[in-house]
Parts: sequence; C-alpha cells; structure tokens
Amino acid sequence: MQKIYNRIIQIAGNVITVEARDVGYSDLAEISSKAGKSLAQVIRIDGERVYLQIYAGSRGISTEDKIRFLGHPMRVSFTENLLGRLFNGAGLPRDNGPILEENMVEIGGPSVNPAKRIIPRKMIRTGIPMIDIFNSLVESQKLPIFSVPGEPYNELLARIAMQAEVDIIILGGMGLKYDDYLFFRDTLEKNGSLSRAIFFVHTAQDPTVECLLVPDLSLAVAEQFALQGKRVLVLLSDMTNFCDALKEISITMEQIPSNRGYPGDLYSQLAKRYEKAVDFDTAGSITILAVTTMPGDDVTHPVPDNTGYITEGQFYLRNKSIEPFGSLSRLKQLVNGKTRKDHRAIMDRMIQLFSDYREALEKQSMGFHMSEWDKKLLKYGRAFEERMMNISVDIPLEKALDLGWQILAENFELTEISIKTELTSEFWPKK
Amino acid sequence: MSASRIGVLTGLNGNMATVEFHDHVMQNEVAFILHNDERLKSEVIRVTGNKAELQVYEDTKGLKLGEKVEFTGELLSVELGPGLLGQIFDGLQNPLPQLAEKSGFFLKRGLYLEALDNKKEWEFTPVAKIGQKLKPGEKLGFTHEGIFEHWIMAPFVLKGAVEVEKIAIKGKYNIQHVIAELKDEHGNIHPCSMSQVWPVKVPITCFAEKLKPSRPLTTKIRIIDTLMPVALGGTYCIPGPFGSGKTVLQQLISKHAEIDIVIIAACGERAGEVVETLREFPHLVDPRTKKSLIERTVIICNTSSMPVSARESSVYTAVTIAEYYRQMGLNVLLLADSTSRWAQAMREMSGRLEEIPGEEAFPAYLENRIASFYERAGLVRLHGGSLGSVTIGGTVSPAGGNFEEPVTQATLKVVGAFHGLSRERSDARRYPAIDPLESWSKYSSFIEDKEIKAAQAVLKRSYEVKQMMKVVGEEGTSLQDFIVYLKGEFIDDVYLQQNAFDEVDAATIEERQKYVFHVLYEIIKSEFSFEDKNTARKFFQSLRQVFIEWNSSEWRTEDFNKKENQVKEKCKKSIIV
Repeated sequence: MQKIYNRIIQIAGNVITVEARDVGYSDLAEISSKAGKSLAQVIRIDGERVYLQIYAGSRGISTEDKIRFLGHPMRVSFTENLLGRLFNGAGLPRDNGPILEENMVEIGGPSVNPAKRIIPRKMIRTGIPMIDIFNSLVESQKLPIFSVPGEPYNELLARIAMQAEVDIIILGGMGLKYDDYLFFRDTLEKNGSLSRAIFFVHTAQDPTVECLLVPDLSLAVAEQFALQGKRVLVLLSDMTNFCDALKEISITMEQIPSNRGYPGDLYSQLAKRYEKAVDFDTAGSITILAVTTMPGDDVTHPVPDNTGYITEGQFYLRNKSIEPFGSLSRLKQLVNGKTRKDHRAIMDRMIQLFSDYREALEKQSMGFHMSEWDKKLLKYGRAFEERMMNISVDIPLEKALDLGWQILAENFELTEISIKTELTSEFWPKK
Repeated sequence: MSASRIGVLTGLNGNMATVEFHDHVMQNEVAFILHNDERLKSEVIRVTGNKAELQVYEDTKGLKLGEKVEFTGELLSVELGPGLLGQIFDGLQNPLPQLAEKSGFFLKRGLYLEALDNKKEWEFTPVAKIGQKLKPGEKLGFTHEGIFEHWIMAPFVLKGAVEVEKIAIKGKYNIQHVIAELKDEHGNIHPCSMSQVWPVKVPITCFAEKLKPSRPLTTKIRIIDTLMPVALGGTYCIPGPFGSGKTVLQQLISKHAEIDIVIIAACGERAGEVVETLREFPHLVDPRTKKSLIERTVIICNTSSMPVSARESSVYTAVTIAEYYRQMGLNVLLLADSTSRWAQAMREMSGRLEEIPGEEAFPAYLENRIASFYERAGLVRLHGGSLGSVTIGGTVSPAGGNFEEPVTQATLKVVGAFHGLSRERSDARRYPAIDPLESWSKYSSFIEDKEIKAAQAVLKRSYEVKQMMKVVGEEGTSLQDFIVYLKGEFIDDVYLQQNAFDEVDAATIEERQKYVFHVLYEIIKSEFSFEDKNTARKFFQSLRQVFIEWNSSEWRTEDFNKKENQVKEKCKKSIIV
C-alpha cells in the first residue's frame, strides 16, 4: 500500500519537491538518505508535485533518495509514561529512555468550540507581588514574557514552574541554548518537580524545522491531559525562534512576505497555538506562559506585536524586574475582585503614583526645581522599586497588599492618596 | 437547478485548493470538496481556463489529489428569520452550542447545521391582505421574537411589485411552513415561509431611501457621547495598539448602548473574550427593557484559531443579519472586533493567489472592500415609512500601534467618528484610553456646543502647558497656566475617565451626562485664586476625590445630592466671584 518514491525534482532550503500520487495534505513522509532517516511533512500539492518540509534539514539529501509516505499527519504518543521524560523537537527521547509509540494522537488538532469554554475564575498564585497584585495570572490564560536577550526570563519561568499550583508542567524549548536546557532540567529536578514535568526541547544546534513542531507537540499533549481534568501549565521559550523558523520556510516557499520578511499568516499561526490555552467546561485547563524575546527591545517588531494582539496581556521583563507599565494581565479583573477588597484600589493607585514618580524623575533628570509633591513622589518611587518590583521578593498576596499600604503611609498623607474612605479607614496603617 | 456540476482537486496550498472543472463555474459560488464522508465548504475566488481556485472554509489536512468537488451554483448565504436573537454562530452561521452537542469539545470540520431551528413553532399574525401589492421587504405579517415584533417580509430576492395570492391565517407555524404565496409581474408564484435566504456579500436595499444620520446613539461612555459622539446609522472606528482596551470598550458599549439590537462580530480575536459575553449576557439585565441582554444580542464568532477564510465571511454574515433587523424598523448596532483580522484574512488569500501586493502585502482592493463594508451602515426610511438603522463600530489593530498602516488609513477615510486609543493613556491607567485631542467625530452631541468647545479648549491648552512644563519645569510656568493645566487634568480625571468596575460609574445616562457636564463647565470657566501652585494642586486633588465619589453615587438619590453639594461647597471657597 505504501508506495516508495524516489523522484526528487527540486531541493531548495529545507523543502524538497517530489513527484508522487495519492498523497494527503499535511501527511508525513519518511526520507532515507545517507545522513539517516528523517521525517518530512507535505506543505503543498501542485498536481503531482508534492512539496515536503524536511524536519532534519535537507543537508545530505540526494535526488535519488527514497521517500515513503506514512499516510497520516504528525502524531505524538500520549500516556502517563510521558511524565518526567525529556524529548526533542521531533518527539524522540533525549534522555536515553524508550521511544513511546502507544496511543498516538494527532498534533495541531482542531480548535475548541467557544461554546465549550468557561470564563476562567481561578488565580494562579506565584508569590511575585508584581504578578499577584498588579497583574494576576489566571488559570487558562495565555501570557508572553516580553524581554530583551540577556534578561533572566528562563529563571523567571523556572521559578513560576516550581511555585505555581498546577498538576502538570510542559516545557517547550525552541532554539534553547544547551545550558538553558540543562538549567531547566536541573532546577526542576532539584525542586522535585521533574516527575510532573514533560520536556519537548529543540536546542539551538538542532535542525530548524524541528523547532516548528515544539509548540504543537507540547500543546497536543497538554490538551489530552486537560481533557482528563488536569490543570496543565505550558512554558514556551522562546517563541521568537519559532517565528524565525516560520519565516525561513515561507521564504523558501517564495511566499510574499508582509512585514520584515515574516509571512502574512504569522498572526494566524501564532493564534492557532496560543488559542490552545483553555478552561474546559467540565474538564481541566491549559495555561500558557511564553517567552518572546524582542529584537532590539522593539515591541513593534512583528513577533511581539502579533503576539500582543493574541495573548491576554503580557509581562515586560526589563532591568531584571517586571515593568509595571505595559505589563498587563487582561484577565486579572476576573480574579482580583475576590481576593481582598483593597486589592483593586491598591493596584490602581500605586501604579498611578508610580507613573507620576516616573514623570518627576524625568523632571529631576532635566534639572528642574522639585516641588514638595515631587519630592514625595521620588521617595515613594524608590521604595516601590526596592520593595515591590524587585523580582526576588517572594511573599503571598495578602502580605504584599499590607506592604503596599505600608509604603503609601510612609510617603503620603491620607488626603493625598484618593482611595475611598471606606477602604482607608480599615487598611490605612495606624501610626 | 440542473444536476450538480463536478470538479476534480488538482492542487492544495494551505487553505487554497485548485480544482479542474469540465462544465462551467460561477465566481463566488459555493462548492464542497468531498473527502471520505466529509464535505468541506469552499468558495470559488478565481477562475483561469478550466481551473478554479477555491478558498476552503476548513482545515485542509489529509485532502488528496483527484478528490471530487461539487459546485452548488449558490452564493455564500445566510438564513434569516425568527430565532436569530440570542444565538451564537460561527462565521458560516453554524450555531455553536448545537455543534458542541454533536461533536463535543472540538469543532469538527465538515459538520454544518441548520442556522435556525426548523421545528420550533412561531405564532404568525398576518397583516397583508389577499390581492394587496407589495414591494420586496414589505410586511406580510409578524411574530414575536422575545420583546421584538419580528416582521415576516416579502422575500428580498423578488424583483418589482408582487401580489399576495394566499396568506396563512393567524396560527403557529415552523419557519419552513409556507405562510404566503406571492405572484410576480410575470405571473410566477413564489411560496414564502417565515425564513428567507440572502447572499452575505450583497447589501439588502429593500427600503425607500437612505437618510443622513442625525440622532446621537447614547453609548453611556461619557468621553464618546460628549466629545466624539456616534450617530444612529453612523460608523466609527476604534484603532489602538494591543492592551489599550479596544475590546473592553466594545464590550462596555455592547452592554450599555441604548439600542434595540446588538450584533457582535468577533472576528479573528480571542475566544476567551467571546466566552465572557456568551456566559455573562444571559445574566445581565438591560435596564431599558428589563430583559436579559442576550435577548437583544446575536454573536458571530470566528475566533483567531478557527479557519481563516471563514473569518473573512464572518463580518459579512454579521452585517447581513444587522440589515435584516433594520428592515423591521429597528436600530441595530454592529460591533466588529477586529477589522484588521478580517483584512489579514484577505491578505492571506491574496498571497496564496500570488496577486501583486500593495502596501504591507495587503491586496490592492483592500480600501475598496473596507469602504463597501462600512457603507452598509446607515439610517433608512422603509417603504412603510418607519425608520431603521445599522450603526457599525469596528476596532482596528494596527501593526506596532502605528496608525499610518493601510487598514487604519483606509478605515479613517470612510468612518464618521474616530476613537483613537493611546498607549500613553492606557499605561497611565486612564480608561477609556481614547485620546481626547486626536479623536474626532462628524456627528453632533446632545451636550451644548458652547460647553463642549470650552472643555476642549481647556483640554488642549492644558496639554500644551503640560508639554511646556516638561521643558521649562513647574517653576518656569506661571500660576495661571498651571491652573489651566490642573483644570484639564481635572476634566480628564473626573469626566473623561470612567471606572468600568464601578456599577454606577460604568454607564452614565444622557440626562446625567448633561447635568454633570454643566457642573463641570461651571467649574472650568470659573476663576480661582490660589496662593501658590501647591495649594492649587491640593485643591484640585481634594475636589477630584469628592467628584469621583459623586460619580459613583446613584443618579437622583439623596447620596447624589449630598455629594453634589460637597463638590459645590468646595468650589465656592476658592472661586473668585
């Protein structure tokens, strides 16, 4: 039944063209060449010309190599045995463990029916005040961490992975430095979280195309666990590498680029992955945190820009702390009304004052006279940066709110903070 | 219709299929690709020689060369009739809750359901008499759909005048039951039921004339109603970078706007946002009708992970349903979120067709498509004399937040009001983050012109002083200028900003806006005397506090009067009479 073809008529980039019949769109094929066996996927059919994207790259492929079509799209095994295992971007073991081949499920499956989603209501506590108070993380949320290279984003991801109250953690690494891969593995191992984690890691030295599979593999597995009622946290790092791989393929395919060489469907491609974040009616959930490095710290770059339109907010990591401006959790209002009644007031007012502080700072740097009010703001701003924004601060939400009142009371008069009397009479620290 | 024409699949590239045909094909006709037992809906978008290119409304995974394609000869259409309200459809008018019943958590490709329930019976009351001459779109009778009188009209597809041959007596019928027979000028008899079909890309124009929008639509968002109002039958757009609150603003308007029917087209955006509407609206009460909000809402939902081509058609499906209700003399508001995703869907298809790209790879016909979409809005006089309107508000998501990009520019050319959201304002948590200086509207507000002009002047001057202060510092600014600056900030803080989470402040009715704005006007045109800048700042800070508390006290209650007096008392002390 499975015919073998060996008429490769074109090799360009990581895409080869072969003459073949009876091939399904998106199906997998196996190529045997001198370099070994590699999987490939059908990305275009034009009459009898079939275009294949080769996962391991086209280097070493000869025009007489044999191609066998498998008759199905990419799949991944889904069993409990996945837990604690480490795989590469093609879904093969990295940890010398056995290859898993039971209960194969398709990756990149259909979209969830919006009518089967529910409004997320559960907050995921992280112990980081800049997240818990100001931009609460919510179960089933999809949030990117925008960052310039060099910021401790992987450390932040690892910390959230260890502290977050979820059942299963899936790490999808794309173009990860080998050191970073080891860092994740060792940190989770030391903390004892590895047994509830699954890794799909493509490192910088692996073939580019495998990078494209990582989000789909991670999310397909996450989806299966979620359907069983598990709460899954998917950590992706770094989505910019994923987008660059997309760009490479689309240019090879001679598609007209839309913006800085990226394909016109970048938004749809990203959305297809991020929208897998879900809170199922009567089943579990998937929460996605994805690092997106911004080339040149430019948020208008197509990758962070398209991401921002898809995700439910974003965290900006800058100068080793989560920046209060620009960082936003769109779902926070679903949970922060039910924590403590002063939560929203503290959140709003502290940020407004911090914004005024930044303005005062600007005035100061230009050498202007500082009014009484400006001086107060400067003192407040510094306290805020040291005691709240510092990423090493690790306290539960309630303690963090108390700290907020403390910082306000140390720097301002009661009349200056314009928070409703109803709240100040209860929470304003008595001197 | 002759026996269905058949073609053969010869190529696939993403969601574009190439099909060889033998007979003939029609541009934009619907075709089905037959794959095993699945039938995948697609639309002819280009024909070359004996090959047709089809955009497939489904995922094309697994499709093979040589598969059969069936052409239907029909344009992509929607079914119009009672039962649309309260429903949630995908871009092709499949009811999503019913799909979930059939296929569970995930959308199954190739599964299409009837848009309207065929079995449900509606009480039909005839109005037209036998022998009466009618134009298409004129009333045959009516039924009750929730709180609305849902007109059953002579089919829009008929041409010229028709004569009523037969009409059913008052009674309960399902939507397929023939309730009337109409004879056209050529003597042909057309049986009509309570539902009819209409191609989505063609506007419904069965009315006497299109009028100039003149009456304001109250959104209960103060900054909009006061400074940049929307008119019934008008158009507006909300461009803004991500995170500036476009969708939240649309959601607020969909909840609070004083309008009969709201159609929400969630086009290529997050599913989570639709879910909020979907789950919350049944429990929210419309203060005007005292009924659940869902009863006046139709949701068309083609979120970002659903097939791209269906995204392109979803805005048309939405506007067609809006036009249908307008034909009944109702005021309809269509909220499209986001038109950029719709434009991107066009770009994706254009790329696959290898058309020569325009700016940022958008197709050259982008402007034309955007303009003709917004042109479907409008206030119309129906044949019967009553008025109906479709108002369209579309969000735009410009790449990089830069308004110079093609979709924003093409939209600005055709809309009547522009509500530009700014990152600066949203970063400072000033919501709604509509820029009061950049935004504009060609429609007139219900607030007195003189008062608006005064406020705008203060806002503008205040902004200038603020910019100047960045250069010369506070000490280099005169006390007088400084007070103007504070006044501007004050207007912004207590009036333009609105707290969406405060039950009272979230929506301000017309009467209250007029009242409060007048008080505000009195304050800003007053002369104040302060010793120095610090006392001035302190005064406005404390006045703001009282004013904001006034904003969250319920209209015309004792508390409202009390807070109002507090505001006035405070002012008296510092105003020079």
